[in-house]
Amino acid sequence: MIDILMPRLSDTMEEGAVAAWHKKPGDAVALGDLLVEIETDKAVMEYEAYEAGTLHEILVPEGDQAVIGEVIARIDDGGGTSAASAPAPAETTVPTAEPASVATPADAAAAAGSPTPAPTARRDPHPAPDRERVFATPLVRRLAREHEIDLERVAGTGPGGRIVRADIEDALAHRRPDATEPVAPQSTPLPIPKTSSAPDLRGSTAVPFDKTRQVISRRLAESSSTTPHFSVTVAADVEDLLALRRHLNDLSADSERPKISVNDLVVRACAIALRNTPGVNASFSPNDRGSTLIHERVNIGIAVASDTGLIVPVILDVDQKTVSQIAAEAKELATLAQEHRLSAAQLSGGTFTISNLGMYGVEQFTAIINPPEGAILAVGSALPEAVVRDGTVEARHRMRVTLSADHRIIDGALAAQFLRALKALLENPMTILV
Amino acid sequence: MTVMTYRQALNETLRAEMLRDEDVILLGEEIGVFEGSYKITAGMLAEFGEKRVRDTPIAEEGFTGAAIGAAMLGLRPVVEIMTINFSLLALDQIVNHAAKIYGMFGGQARVPLVIRTPGGGGQQLGATHSQNIELYCAFVPGMKVVAPSTPADAKALLLAAIRDDDPVLFLENLALYNSKGEVPDEDVPAEIGRAKVTRSGSDITVVAYSRMAAVAGEVAERLAETDGIDVEVVDLRSLRPLDRDTVIASVKKTHCAVVLEDDWLTYGIGAEIAATISDGAFDWLDAPVRRVAMAEVPLPYSKPLETAALPSADDAANAIRQTLAAVSRRA
Repeated sequence: MIDILMPRLSDTMEEGAVAAWHKKPGDAVALGDLLVEIETDKAVMEYEAYEAGTLHEILVPEGDQAVIGEVIARIDDGGGTSAASAPAPAETTVPTAEPASVATPADAAAAAGSPTPAPTARRDPHPAPDRERVFATPLVRRLAREHEIDLERVAGTGPGGRIVRADIEDALAHRRPDATEPVAPQSTPLPIPKTSSAPDLRGSTAVPFDKTRQVISRRLAESSSTTPHFSVTVAADVEDLLALRRHLNDLSADSERPKISVNDLVVRACAIALRNTPGVNASFSPNDRGSTLIHERVNIGIAVASDTGLIVPVILDVDQKTVSQIAAEAKELATLAQEHRLSAAQLSGGTFTISNLGMYGVEQFTAIINPPEGAILAVGSALPEAVVRDGTVEARHRMRVTLSADHRIIDGALAAQFLRALKALLENPMTILV
Repeated sequence: MTVMTYRQALNETLRAEMLRDEDVILLGEEIGVFEGSYKITAGMLAEFGEKRVRDTPIAEEGFTGAAIGAAMLGLRPVVEIMTINFSLLALDQIVNHAAKIYGMFGGQARVPLVIRTPGGGGQQLGATHSQNIELYCAFVPGMKVVAPSTPADAKALLLAAIRDDDPVLFLENLALYNSKGEVPDEDVPAEIGRAKVTRSGSDITVVAYSRMAAVAGEVAERLAETDGIDVEVVDLRSLRPLDRDTVIASVKKTHCAVVLEDDWLTYGIGAEIAATISDGAFDWLDAPVRRVAMAEVPLPYSKPLETAALPSADDAANAIRQTLAAVSRRA
């Protein structure tokens, strides 16, 4: 019997929902067959069978969630109902006429075969009495209690599938924050307003969070409550930038090249500004009493409003791409985001995020940092303003950009330096292109 | 320090105690003129005379009872029962008198008696002369049972046994008499009821006593070389009182244990050790406690069969490997 485990499909994924099963119990499963669609915090992904056999049972039905590593189905590879691991080797320790006297009950029970668990009982916090017992050593049970590990999610490699210390130490090691990527500390649940028994006078309808909303809710609450945010705003004269954009798009009107948006130019300008102020292209790391992780690559996430909520696909190595490359990629990613077809790779590796509400006429706003990044730029609309130039009042288009930064790693002066560089680029748009 | 055999250590310690304390007397079959079946009492009769070194009739119950009476009245008799197999004949005196007089009679008399006796098989002495039945005495409250595995412990525990005010069964072993080791020159008695970690290790605890403690030490060194296994050896040294704390502390460190015993598996000393570990270190255990013991048969006379029935160093090594295989990650 082969266990199918909830796969890790993105770096921020902690659990996934089963969107659709493509096989039902009893179906033959060939290598590479589409087995199940998994909805992660970022996208819906297809999961193919790595082992051939017959789908024996589905443990997590469609719509239900499971954490990474949890068994979601079992495939019978012809080994019948016996457990995956072979029974313990025959006892040869004691040269006695009664070898059975030292065989452990666990070995015997495991060798005798395991009863099928009731799928509905799987995630019941109070296990049903008829449920299959998890074999684990007393030491493992104590460690599991102390570290709050669910032993059902730990694979046992001891005799008869028994979970031994080595197995749980693996589980503990995987829990530790990755050395290169800071992980926000587990925040305590936000206080939930007390629900009173009084009738709701507001005429409310509860709209349950979907996967995307759950992630937005959790990650942004975490960022907002654990990261010391501050924001700095600067207004850039974008008259020349708008003219340049018009000019570029006029030139390529008949070609295959994508139309360039103001945002594409802002993205490229940010990449250059980040190159000049690498301290902003950085993340906070709690390791070794805290450190600043300076990122070599400039990978910019672009906040996209999809029908399921905010989603942030990432353009890699923006500093090494032309504006038209950026425009093409941004367009492609936005389309994929709307169709929920972004891959894990397309959602990973960001070092900085840009959120642009300019198209809604927003003058300026502040954004919440997208963890584990160190800063986010909120871009307002390019609006005509009365500006004093050479002693006279003129109508000029100005755009306000606001940098929200993590004060643990970025000080006000550094944020100001970044914005000065960005403003200079936006006001001299040819420097964005070269 | 002087290097000597287990036999020599016993002989010299007995002599030293005879010299130190006139109340120490020796009783037993063939211990005087013949100087003992295993020569532990060599030279005693010549040096200390018939009054203090008594050859007795072949009547274990009789001379054990006589020694108990002498002990109650102030002497410190050291009885030799030729092999532990013959203690069966004296068991009523040991269990119902030596062990109980102090408690039953309100502490009016103590019984500072030592019964020296060798156990062990492997000498082709047949089923009735090759047993390890120290358990019969270790089972009884009121008795103390010590079991040295080295010449140094033979000395330290014999000093402690003779100077103890309660009856002590002093378990020797036929296979250990010729084993050699360093023995301190000073007379420092051991603390009865204290086990010893004779080899510190991190991977697995091996608990043993008497001959099997010596086997445990050899196996530990061998496995360190061949398998890179770091074995911790706990030599019990005393079966009653039993030093549970040392055993438990060791298992809490290594998370698994193998018990080696020369007696039979069922109801044996190893069962008590396994229960001790289960009681005291349950939440630290990563594998079931394994026991290596003698085959549950009357020990055969035939050499190949005798060898096959007795627990060996290879049996111990296999049990250690199997236990560790169960707790380590397999590919």
